[in-house]
Amino acid sequence: MDTLITLIQIGIGAALINNFVLHYFVGICPFLGVSRRIDTAFGMGCAVTFVISIAAMLSWTFTYFILRPEAPLPAWVWQTCGGDPAVTVDLSVLSYIMYIFVIASSVQFVEMYVRKFFPPLYKSFGVFLPLITTNCAILFACLEIMKHLQEPAKLWGLHEALTLAVGGGVGFTIAITLMAGIREELDMCDVPKPLAGAGISLITAGILAMAFMGFAGVDKGIERTIGMLLQ
Amino acid sequence: MATHEPTATERFVQGILPENPVYRQLLGMCPTLAVTGAMEPAMTMAAATAFVLILANVTVSLIRGLLKPHLRILVFTLTIATFVTIADRMLAAFLYEMSKQLGPYVPLIIVNCLIISRCEICSSKQGLFTAIADGVGMSIGFALALGSIATVREILGSGKWFGLAVLPEGWPAWGIMVLPPGAFLTLGLLLGIAEWIGQSRASRANQ
Repeated sequence: MDTLITLIQIGIGAALINNFVLHYFVGICPFLGVSRRIDTAFGMGCAVTFVISIAAMLSWTFTYFILRPEAPLPAWVWQTCGGDPAVTVDLSVLSYIMYIFVIASSVQFVEMYVRKFFPPLYKSFGVFLPLITTNCAILFACLEIMKHLQEPAKLWGLHEALTLAVGGGVGFTIAITLMAGIREELDMCDVPKPLAGAGISLITAGILAMAFMGFAGVDKGIERTIGMLLQ
Repeated sequence: MATHEPTATERFVQGILPENPVYRQLLGMCPTLAVTGAMEPAMTMAAATAFVLILANVTVSLIRGLLKPHLRILVFTLTIATFVTIADRMLAAFLYEMSKQLGPYVPLIIVNCLIISRCEICSSKQGLFTAIADGVGMSIGFALALGSIATVREILGSGKWFGLAVLPEGWPAWGIMVLPPGAFLTLGLLLGIAEWIGQSRASRANQ
């Protein structure tokens, strides 16, 4: 039961309380660039969620077995080659390069899939689909997972890493779809000329971020509610 | 010449204001919003980005003859990732507190669109000296942009600048300015002001 509560907390935390876009400011480029129409924005959100889940799974596997301090694989190689068993092998300095590789290859995979099965969606994404590679949200999710694999005492399992990734992706989808809805309305408005475009979008995002601050503390409330239901 | 590439001096000057990375090109928005709650992290971030940008420009410019078109983005990203790892280790060694405070935003320099776009636009086509000038100019422009946003946010949010008190004791600190919404609002308004200055200059030039 504790596992379930932890998972709910991680998921809600990533999706609403510490929303990737509106709290950590990652994934701002597509958030401003692809949020003109609701359907494109939603498609973009789904693509990012998909890529984030794949990248998180792969990066968890690599980090857990190879990159983290005291990881099994390099330790085994070290000892087989006659290294001193008392020395800890730590390859975490390689993690950034590894993550970028993982993300770039999963984006390539998603691009091929979308081009084959959803040609209209592929056309409407345009240049932004390959740009998912440089979407900070995905690298950020990998880094968060890495942070929780550093201390041998409380390692995250694959389920926790995946919940964080899916939660973050859903949060990104929520934010970008809300933004697209607001921007469709904004097109009818009389915006001061210097603010038109990026300026008014950023101010709108600021107000959205204020609204999302209202979610602070929701995770504690959920924990208490589940606790009461169980009694 | 029809295919005129800008010279080193032009690249250097353009990076600072006429093609300022943040205000003109809207590149590198994540660190711009995330670390500008105060001057100190903002300037550390600007320095780290400058380090990576200049060294990546130099490397890419040196190997530009070997680049294959379909693999170039991957080469850029891996070059950048290597330099970011160096910068991250150096920050952790010499400025431990600051590296803790910046947290994931140092590794996120890898996906800063500013650096990839400079590799693509300038250093993969031009020589070493131009690439260095371009990197320095863009870094100064980026530092100016981060500094302007951090100045507004730190002064209004806590009444300080670089940790020194500048506003009187009784200043009611606007807590919202150092929180995420303040970042969006400040950048939105500053963009509006920059755009307004540009437009009024253009209309004066037309008269």
